[in-house]
Amino acid sequence: MNFSLARTSLITEADMIGIAGERALCDPRGVLYFPELRLLAVSDLHLEKGSSLARRGMLIPPYDTGATLLRLQAVISDYQPSIVISLGDSFHDGGGAERMHASFRERLEALMVGRDWFWVAGNHDPEAPADLPGETVRELAIGSLLFRHEPSKVRVEGEIAGHLHPCARIVQRGRSVRRRCFAGDGGRMIMPAFGSYTGSLNVLDRAYAGLFRLESLMAYMLGTDRIFAISGSMLRPG
Amino acid sequence: MTVEPRLAEQNAAIALPEPFLRWFGEKGWSPRAHQIELLAKAQSGQSVLLIAPTGAGKTLAGFLPSLTELAVRPRRKPGQAHRGIHTLYISPLKALAVDIERNLAKPVEEIGLPVTIETRTGDTPSHKRQRQKLVPPDILLTTPEQLALLIAAGDARRFFEDLRYVVLDELHSLVTSKRGHLLALGLARLRSFVPGLQTIGLSATVAEPDELRRWLVSQNPPGDMSELIVVTGGAKPEISILDSEERVPWAGHSARYATPEIYREIKRHKTTLLFVNTRSQAELLFQELWRVNEDTLPIALHHGSLDVGQRRRVEKAMGENALRAIVATSTLDLGIDWGDVDLVVHVGAPKGASRLAQRIGRANHRMDEPSKAILIPANRFEVLECRAALDANYLGAQDTPPLVDGGLDVLAQHVLGCACGAPFRADDLFEEVRTAAPYASLDRPTFDRVIDFVATGGYALKNYERYARIRLNKDGLWRVSNPRVAQQYRLNVGTIIEVPALNVRYVKAGSKGSATRGGAVLGKIEEAFLETLTHGDTFMFAGKVLRFEGIRENECLVSNAPGSDAKVPYYGGGKFPLSTYLAEQVRMMLDDPRRWKKLPEQVADWLQFQADKSVLPKRDDLLIETFPRGNRYYLVAYPFEGRLAHQTLGMLLTRRLDRAGARPLGFVATDYALAVWSLGDMGAMFKARKPSLGALFDEDMLGDDLEAWLADSWLLKRTFRNCALISGLIEKRHPGQEKSGRQVTVSTDLIYDVLRSHEPDHILLQATRADAAAGLLDVSRLADMLSRVQGRIMHKNLEQISPLAVPIMLEIGKMPVNGEADETLLMDAATLVEEAMGPEMSEG
Repeated sequence: MNFSLARTSLITEADMIGIAGERALCDPRGVLYFPELRLLAVSDLHLEKGSSLARRGMLIPPYDTGATLLRLQAVISDYQPSIVISLGDSFHDGGGAERMHASFRERLEALMVGRDWFWVAGNHDPEAPADLPGETVRELAIGSLLFRHEPSKVRVEGEIAGHLHPCARIVQRGRSVRRRCFAGDGGRMIMPAFGSYTGSLNVLDRAYAGLFRLESLMAYMLGTDRIFAISGSMLRPG
Repeated sequence: MTVEPRLAEQNAAIALPEPFLRWFGEKGWSPRAHQIELLAKAQSGQSVLLIAPTGAGKTLAGFLPSLTELAVRPRRKPGQAHRGIHTLYISPLKALAVDIERNLAKPVEEIGLPVTIETRTGDTPSHKRQRQKLVPPDILLTTPEQLALLIAAGDARRFFEDLRYVVLDELHSLVTSKRGHLLALGLARLRSFVPGLQTIGLSATVAEPDELRRWLVSQNPPGDMSELIVVTGGAKPEISILDSEERVPWAGHSARYATPEIYREIKRHKTTLLFVNTRSQAELLFQELWRVNEDTLPIALHHGSLDVGQRRRVEKAMGENALRAIVATSTLDLGIDWGDVDLVVHVGAPKGASRLAQRIGRANHRMDEPSKAILIPANRFEVLECRAALDANYLGAQDTPPLVDGGLDVLAQHVLGCACGAPFRADDLFEEVRTAAPYASLDRPTFDRVIDFVATGGYALKNYERYARIRLNKDGLWRVSNPRVAQQYRLNVGTIIEVPALNVRYVKAGSKGSATRGGAVLGKIEEAFLETLTHGDTFMFAGKVLRFEGIRENECLVSNAPGSDAKVPYYGGGKFPLSTYLAEQVRMMLDDPRRWKKLPEQVADWLQFQADKSVLPKRDDLLIETFPRGNRYYLVAYPFEGRLAHQTLGMLLTRRLDRAGARPLGFVATDYALAVWSLGDMGAMFKARKPSLGALFDEDMLGDDLEAWLADSWLLKRTFRNCALISGLIEKRHPGQEKSGRQVTVSTDLIYDVLRSHEPDHILLQATRADAAAGLLDVSRLADMLSRVQGRIMHKNLEQISPLAVPIMLEIGKMPVNGEADETLLMDAATLVEEAMGPEMSEG
């Protein structure tokens, strides 16, 4: 099936994964959707990263915020969630919301209308974004799930986090393929970064040490229009 | 053009000051004709291009105008201000600058000239640089990057105000790259400081000397050229192709079969220089030679990835004639003087007639004695190529690449550099830039876009005005907006982009991740290669077989694995594509059975066999063979246009075959041929003209298909990365921190994707497409080929593989297969998981 056309009604059982007993869909565009809760989670938008770097003399294209919002708009219009959680680092720095071009702000606000919108505080944006609706929280518990920006050091069943920007790499027939991924072991999940300029870090990096039960680690690698579920044992570092 | 010797002697008396004549006399030498001619032209105010073979006394010729002028210059009186640089010497290699300093110091001292000579390279300590600014030497020996830095300094105009000459060494190798573009812009700047500035270019033989003559002088008026002196002759080299007793293999690049015969030649000569085309070939040949080195002759290895210290030791030993043989890549192509080499062995095909001539010139630096060289073809196609190159060399053919227009990314870097030096007026800088040959046809709107790019990124969305790096002031001058901009510029100057690479460090076997710091660093190896390795894999590097132990931070840890075979092949080839000229020579030879007599018997037999079983391609035709094999169908084409052009062709063909329903699975490209395999019977499809081969190979392939493929191609992303780094969009280094490879703050791949979808006409994308089309894809060559073969495609539908197809078929499986989408690989991996564990497990 073609996921770019995915609607809640089209989700089939085979595409679902379980996290601490809740059923979720890993969308290849990098968002997590819980159909029973009508909840959409997205992580590490890093809006206004371009202008953040431009302040330091690197004049990279100022289109990242627009591009990120456009992709976010597409998933929201597909799933029509009633709850949206932005899992932290929504803005690249504390001044990001203020710098955002008026047209982008309008688009973002339009997406938020009629939904419960939560800004989880991240390390890049510990404060509430300036002049934007939505509720800013440190973490958020819904059902058996716990949403927070940085994954806890101790294992927390049902924790959904971001922060680390996971990617995974495989080698097949002498060629290496690296993609952003959801990383999970059935108990907790770390989401890929959604922002257009966000880099990524291999799930086998030391930064992830102790976060997963390695024997059940799965990387859900983002393909063009589907997810590729790859078991931890096939992954390569670097 | 060349002055007769007797005439030169008469001239010598006129042009050479007495101490020089005395010095020549004491040495028992007399000045060479071209040296005097160059001096005379320089003294009459001309810029000069000197084309001469190695050993012709080019260096002395280049410096004679400066030395004679400095010899008669009045001494500086006490209290008088220090004089600025008199002569600037620029070479592509730091090592060459150092070498010249040594070689020049000797005659200067012996003649007793009051001349100071110093080098300034990346290795020059900062106190010496500062002192050079205050008390400049008469002659400064440096590199293009250092010139860019000097120009970007606030005191540049004063520093260069006394400059008389710029000597450009190995000009043929400088001008073909972006370094050459930056250098041309630097020269234009120097000319604006010192309008009477003269240039002296020293070059090996090139196909189009006029391009270099224009390069040396201001292109205002357009088309102006420097004087030209060509030194022909030298003894004709003795070149032979190894007529091996062994069987020449069908495919491969190792030439392993010839090792004992090569070893025999090394024993017969004093010092042998062995050239190969790639680093991996160098490693392999070195291993093989030591395997048969019963006499433990001192045989060394030299290539660009080795640790610098190791390379310097080899160079020193070579200078002292302590080595019997050196296996080298192109790192030894350029003119550093290396002891008494009396034999050059070229392993693998030379790829271009000019390169071959230059490499052979490395043997025997006395130009009146013939150089001796042996070519070792690594496979049968290379036998043909060597034969063609040999014939070409005897004919004196030249196939150096044509010069291309200057890169816009380089121009952006230069504009910022100019602003760092002094405020500029856009009108003036535009006129100045257009005096540089690579930018002679630059138009004003493009120039203005480059300025806009330097200032605020040049985006349609004007979001960055407040972060501008340079600003237009009320007085009409552009200035850097703050000192930090200049500081950043200085850290990122230059056009050399290093491929992300990791240090290779020794550790004990199995000590992955342990706290020990490990042993010596052996050199650097590309990240892309390391990515394909798994713990325990063995590969060859620095003349050793190594076991991959893992990656820690920025280092690749390895242990010794003596005695084992290197398991992972590394083909870093394709650096030099087969030249158009040689390709045509090879096609001509195939078409002319009379010429096969010159070929080794086994190769001639192979061609005869092909003629019997299939057909040989005619000189201007394109032969396509199709045949089934295993459960697949194969298409083999023989365009002989080089690997780059074939790869591009392969990408485009598989797209078209896919649309036609042939279900292609992959392709592989060599310098000579291209093989595509599929599930559908392509032979039957062509016979039914569904599609016809004419339609399949139509020139329109280079339109939409190329655009569509290019847009997503990793090739374009890699090119974009280079442009982004050179243009200063992304920093190579940031004050206080070194960045490399993936540590760059934002991946250029991500920037590329965003920019392409939001502003496809952005100037940096324009620069990227121009670069890719010229360099990586060889599109123009492919276009020429497609137009040449219209209506001349010969199709042979065979029952089985033909003799000519064997070499490329053997490459399948050895080289990474192109055209196989990443998604397919992911699919395979995901399927493996499902097969191994059942679907329920993959749901986490």
